[in-house]
Amino acid sequence: MAAVTQDTAIRTGRITRTFIYLVLVLFALFYLLPLYVMVANSLKPLGEITGGNMMALPGTWTIEPWLAAWSTAQIGVEPTGLKPYFLNSILMVVPAVAISTVLGALNGYVLTKWRFPGDNILFGLMLFSCFIPFQIVLIPMATILGKMGLAGSIPGLVLVHVVYGIGFTTLYYRNYYAAFPTELVRAAMIDGAGFFRIFWRILLPVSGPITVVSVIWQFTNIWNDFLFGASFGGQSQPMTVALNNLVQSSTGVKEYNVHFAGAILAALPTLLVYVVAGRYFVRGLMAGSVKG
Amino acid sequence: MGFLDISNVTKTYGNVEVLHRVDISVQEGEFLVLVGPSGCGKSTLLNMIAGLEGITSGDISINGRVVNGVHPSKRNIAMVFQSYALYPNMTVAQNMTFGLEMHGVPKPERDKALADVAKLLQIENLLDRKPGQLSGGQRQRVAMGRALVRDPDVFLFDEPLSNLDAKLRVDMRTEIKRLHENLKTTIVYVTHDQIEAMTLSTRIAVMYQGYVQQLGTPKEIYDKPANVYVATFMGSPAMNVVKAKVAMREGAPHALVTGHDGTDHALRFSQDNLAEWDGREILLGIRPEAITDPDGADRNSNNIVPITNRIEVIEPSGADTFVTMKLGGRDVIARMRADADVATGRDFTFAVNMEKAVAFDPATELRIQP
Repeated sequence: MAAVTQDTAIRTGRITRTFIYLVLVLFALFYLLPLYVMVANSLKPLGEITGGNMMALPGTWTIEPWLAAWSTAQIGVEPTGLKPYFLNSILMVVPAVAISTVLGALNGYVLTKWRFPGDNILFGLMLFSCFIPFQIVLIPMATILGKMGLAGSIPGLVLVHVVYGIGFTTLYYRNYYAAFPTELVRAAMIDGAGFFRIFWRILLPVSGPITVVSVIWQFTNIWNDFLFGASFGGQSQPMTVALNNLVQSSTGVKEYNVHFAGAILAALPTLLVYVVAGRYFVRGLMAGSVKG
Repeated sequence: MGFLDISNVTKTYGNVEVLHRVDISVQEGEFLVLVGPSGCGKSTLLNMIAGLEGITSGDISINGRVVNGVHPSKRNIAMVFQSYALYPNMTVAQNMTFGLEMHGVPKPERDKALADVAKLLQIENLLDRKPGQLSGGQRQRVAMGRALVRDPDVFLFDEPLSNLDAKLRVDMRTEIKRLHENLKTTIVYVTHDQIEAMTLSTRIAVMYQGYVQQLGTPKEIYDKPANVYVATFMGSPAMNVVKAKVAMREGAPHALVTGHDGTDHALRFSQDNLAEWDGREILLGIRPEAITDPDGADRNSNNIVPITNRIEVIEPSGADTFVTMKLGGRDVIARMRADADVATGRDFTFAVNMEKAVAFDPATELRIQP
């Protein structure tokens, strides 16, 4: 009796599993379809796209569209390609991610290990910044950037993104450090370590997972931001704004192959970050909740 | 003036006073145990000595220097935490020398101190490991090693054995005791385990509800508890405390207690001063080991009183057999030899060693001094 039941269980298990995998593969293919279209069309001459099938593989393989998108395509009025804007984005993203992550870590450290009256209210107010829509702050932000003399510059964009990111990074690090035993901090105090030494020698070495989360989150958000870039970029617009200017240009022939190549170029850095650190991303998101 | 003086110390959180005028003076080389139930203020007091919590009023001085407001690292103390608090990213060696490094001790001296302590605690083979690779007992040793390396004036232990399993706990207890006897260091040790308190300490402070109930040697605490709380907290099973009436028989004070069937048993006191309590109610305290089978009674005692009473429950524990009976309306536990001839529901003659009995004032619950 028992053997029969077990046998049936295994068989139904196998059938169900085959079905589940089939559905999953189908969904995966469906989600990969846009990527396929972009890659395939970025590698064909323009004639093949306008004259034929979007779904077909390139008849003649070419990397011309990529080179054009990178260095010669018309962005607005200048035929510079996306290259200078890519550099702008890097110059904006790297300091903005670094500064907001470091400040978030310090905030989290203070809010959990150096508690003071009203700390929870302060944390609540910082969290509030995560829920403010970008559009609301555009005008006051412009005023402040103007008064600081940072309008239309990369440092201005860095400042804007640091201010916006600090709520998230503080949330991450605060929750992560809340699960970190306070006795360790007390032990280090008795051992004679000061505020920054405890942070540097005791907390930071075990903050790997949450730092990955913070960096990926901040990098993706700042890299992909369009509104702040378009509003405050001025002469130093980031990649996203340039891509828009490339794709939305209303004069001349629409060079779809170049547009596809440019869009992939704009998405590559965030893709790269996910591929390299994505494994740790999930692990870091879970870490704070499971420990404790 | 002692080596560590806690004088008139109070602690309040908002309007709540959690420690009330604590006065404890510890001599150099003493092993003081603060014992009490959760929330009695013992850990708070330890943290105040360490400087991890502020002092609301009063003074704490270490080695002749008042340390109120002095940073923990400048009090020349070392602390062993309940969770051991080993830095997870550092090796055992780095963990142990971190404090010396922070205090600017040069590397050769650090290495020498590390080698000495590692040898003393027999953890030389663990020095390159991370805390995550150690067993509970090994972590415990490393945590003690980290404290020893500093060679501080006072060691503070915050329930260091409570995370270990029962057998290891007994082993580590012996080890801590041996360490103290060899090194003659001054130790303040917090625990809720009264057996740890009895075995380790040279003096015990029993704390309850923010008050030091009694401060004394283990023997004083055990034999002459200041009040009913201390009497029942220390010792396992707890001291039996039953209602009794004092009556004079043949010129000596006796305690009258009712047996299971309502008849009174007269137990002659060894303390003559209880004659003043003639005709009044008291609380009679007798430890389980002072109620035995007649053959197991203390031969050195001059005052063994036999009483016959009904056996209600028998609990053999291997080494001893615990027998429960009713006296004065309460369950009273007697401690018999393992092979005592007892059976549930039978009448049995118990031998009560009244030399060890104590009497409490039922109104104040304080012990009536002989």
